[in-house]
Amino acid sequence: MNRVTPKPLPEGELPPLRQVGRPLRRVDALGKAIGATAYAADFTMPNMLHAKVLRSPIPSARIRRLDVSKARALPGVACVLTGADLPDAKLATDMPGQTGRSQRAGSDAPVLATDVVRFHGEPLALVAAESVTLAERALAKIELELDPLPGVFDPHEAMKPDAPHVYGEDNVIARWQIRKGDLEKGMAEADLVVENTFRMPFVEHAYLEPEAGVAWVDEQDVINIRVCTQVVEHFRSVAKALGIPQNRVRIRGTMVGGGFGSKEDVTVEIFLALLARETGRPVKLVYTREESFLASAKRHPFTITHRTGVKKNGRITAAHITMVADAGAYPYLTPYVLLYATGMAAGPYKVDHLHVDSVAAATHQPFTSAFRGFGGPQAALGYEQQMDEIAGALGMDPLMLRRANYLRTGDTTGTGQEIRSAVWLEECLTRAIAALGERTPDSPTRRIGRGCASTFQSYGRITWFHDTSRAWVGVEQDGTVVIRCGVPDIGAGQSNSLCQIAAEILGVPLERVTIYATDSAVTPLAGTSTATRQLYMSGNAVSSAASTIRTCLARRAAEEMGVREDEVDLANSRAFVTNDPSQFIELANLVKKCAAEGLPLSHLAQFNAPFTEGIDPETGQGDIWPDFTFGAQAVEIAVDLGTGQIELLKSAACHDVGRAINPAAVRGQIAGGSHQGLGYALMEDYVVKEGITETPSLGEYLIPTSSDFPATEVIVLESGTGIGPFGAKGIGEPALTPAAPAVANAVADALGVRIRELPLTPERVLRALDRTRSVAPRVRRGMYGEKAPD
Amino acid sequence: MKEKSVVLNVNGRPHEIVLAPNVTLLQALRELGYTDVKNGCEKGDCGACAVFLDGTLVNSCLVLAWQADGARILTDSGLGTLEHPHPIQEAFADTGAVQCGFCTPGMILATKALLDRNPDPTEAEIREALSGNLCRCTGYGQIVAAVRLSAERLRKSDRTRGPRGLDQPSEEGKNG
Repeated sequence: MNRVTPKPLPEGELPPLRQVGRPLRRVDALGKAIGATAYAADFTMPNMLHAKVLRSPIPSARIRRLDVSKARALPGVACVLTGADLPDAKLATDMPGQTGRSQRAGSDAPVLATDVVRFHGEPLALVAAESVTLAERALAKIELELDPLPGVFDPHEAMKPDAPHVYGEDNVIARWQIRKGDLEKGMAEADLVVENTFRMPFVEHAYLEPEAGVAWVDEQDVINIRVCTQVVEHFRSVAKALGIPQNRVRIRGTMVGGGFGSKEDVTVEIFLALLARETGRPVKLVYTREESFLASAKRHPFTITHRTGVKKNGRITAAHITMVADAGAYPYLTPYVLLYATGMAAGPYKVDHLHVDSVAAATHQPFTSAFRGFGGPQAALGYEQQMDEIAGALGMDPLMLRRANYLRTGDTTGTGQEIRSAVWLEECLTRAIAALGERTPDSPTRRIGRGCASTFQSYGRITWFHDTSRAWVGVEQDGTVVIRCGVPDIGAGQSNSLCQIAAEILGVPLERVTIYATDSAVTPLAGTSTATRQLYMSGNAVSSAASTIRTCLARRAAEEMGVREDEVDLANSRAFVTNDPSQFIELANLVKKCAAEGLPLSHLAQFNAPFTEGIDPETGQGDIWPDFTFGAQAVEIAVDLGTGQIELLKSAACHDVGRAINPAAVRGQIAGGSHQGLGYALMEDYVVKEGITETPSLGEYLIPTSSDFPATEVIVLESGTGIGPFGAKGIGEPALTPAAPAVANAVADALGVRIRELPLTPERVLRALDRTRSVAPRVRRGMYGEKAPD
Repeated sequence: MKEKSVVLNVNGRPHEIVLAPNVTLLQALRELGYTDVKNGCEKGDCGACAVFLDGTLVNSCLVLAWQADGARILTDSGLGTLEHPHPIQEAFADTGAVQCGFCTPGMILATKALLDRNPDPTEAEIREALSGNLCRCTGYGQIVAAVRLSAERLRKSDRTRGPRGLDQPSEEGKNG
């Protein structure tokens, strides 16, 4: 097994860095700012058709009649396809990407429904026409008759024996369990057992860019698909669904206008491929906002119950955690989201006696899949609210309770995975709390609450996926640098980080580096922009490729200057003698010498994550992830006692990112992730009633605006112990995880009772306030080392 | 209904096009190649399609193209180029206010509308002015910082005209 041993780089002993660690202007920023960056919906082709998708208006039905003859007969309509035209076209919805080892979760979904529909919005037919208007007209001509079938809209109901069948034999999509230690023994040792149940809703990704793409068949009979995606390796999924060789599909990814996990699933590309192949013409498909909502995955609703045994001193002796997740109508990535939630269920705490039982069941609801955090945020809402409940029951400072139970480097997680990098949980939490400053006093109409959460979140994919990434780095004859890497840039600075790493290692200014990215045919495959993995995986690949070239350059420069190789450094497009920079050779000249002598000036590197063979299915014990990022958030809120409105007054987040390759980008990830988590806690509710989406657009599904919350104060710590380049850890997903539980804890602090279901709407606050009038509220106590408020 | 010919003066270039009455200004501009005008919702919820219409900031999805017949339209790409970016565009790039970039053109025009009428806005005024433009990536903090930096840079320079002579203060600015 490929064990990773991170090399600690304590502060003060870092190698001198010139580009890495500086908040340089991202290479993609100005092009976007002047409006020059082309997104998927911005491309057109000669002779192009426009596509539309017919979707089911109801969640559960048998298709009695789907007659497209009138639509086909309409002038200007080039093609109409239904499930009957592609009876075997199924989409493998799990294991996207390049994964070498196959462990299927049996999650194929029909490309177009043939027999029954299982959710509101399920695709039924495709149209390609000369214009968008004509395509819409053709959709209206399709005659659809559906016989409604009984539906099931709750995962608990779905698992009852008489429940309508959605998918599979018993609607169960996945189960995981952890059996660690001796639960009964651990519970017997406890002075107190605390039990609580917490619920979380559907959440919509709501990226600003709706799904879009253009496809055409080229002169080699290759289907080219220009699409906004997090996974260029879906060329394989498309080829498989079409029954054609994998080298006949090419994904040309564009800059992505936000993904957050939902563009990890196949979206428009399969429809485009079918229509382009059928018509022999370029075809464009752009979702409306409403279609984007109906067609895309949501974050899983979870019900999580914690039963925790604790000693009076706060030490957790045992925990039994159960989780029920709504998988929606098709599995997609549910088995793995559930695995993440299961593996992180107990939080970053040492629990020797642990049972976790988790299950996800299919319903006639929107399908659920990846969303920033991938089950981690739901798990955190469970364990961090439970920690505060335990603290309340013990009358203990929640910070002290956490401190008594934190994992340390060398300890093992709930699945028995040893943590090898730095664990700066306490540091992160105390810094976040300190950043809140003085506590705002209560007023007669407003009650102030403070809350915090400290969380862990993996970066890198599940290690039994055997994840790999490749990057090519080359130096041109004028000393400029080119990177070719199949990394999808979804806005988090994925390409910029790679450029900054190459610039550092090859000693050139950032503006002398150009990256070509995201093309499955011409850029070496780098895997998915998911799982907080690109900086870690492709960053290491770029680092390796660039280092190989650097070695070649340094050796040749040493020879030229008559010094040893280790006396040469590269910076400012020069190779120079470290102790005497007046001795130098311009990089462009050095490159010309190398080229003339046939020395290699480019290199293709592959980085492999640690490979494991899976966890024990009976005990859930084994390694799941490469490493973890640890962080914390603290917030202060005010509850209006008259209206139930919650105002976020202060928010601070602190994460150990290992090494900030670009601190401005890191701060952006943390601030933005925090905001999404704050929205999750306070506003966002994708309402589905009897399977029908009731929040079909950004007018009903409200995400935070610039006026809703103050900015989160961001504190970046760098332990240098990550397994990414320069000791970096990942931050994309970890940034979101602690925000929502911190808010939930703050609201419970203000009210004296807990609202056990998100979002924390004014209606729920008012109901909770009513409860406090009938039930004596929990005694309010000193928080986080502070004096108890009067 | 019958189509008719309209003239749209976009970023200083006149375009004569024949359009049906139900075509929005957003659709017409994108059809003409002004793809920096982004389509995020088509009903005024997100602000990604913002443009200046005769000096007033509008969501182009809520304006019919016929209503813009003969009008001067300014989009983000009319403000600057890679070689000569507008100070607001440059400030957005410099502060980390640009992540996925899809909201950025609309944000930059909303910023310009604000700074044209209020060269030294408070944080509350900035947040209010941008509240019609959704961003899902940044949490808005770095965008607020970009607006502040823009204001500072614009106050320091006497540059009131962009590279193509299009960047004149908006009508809102003149009236405000």
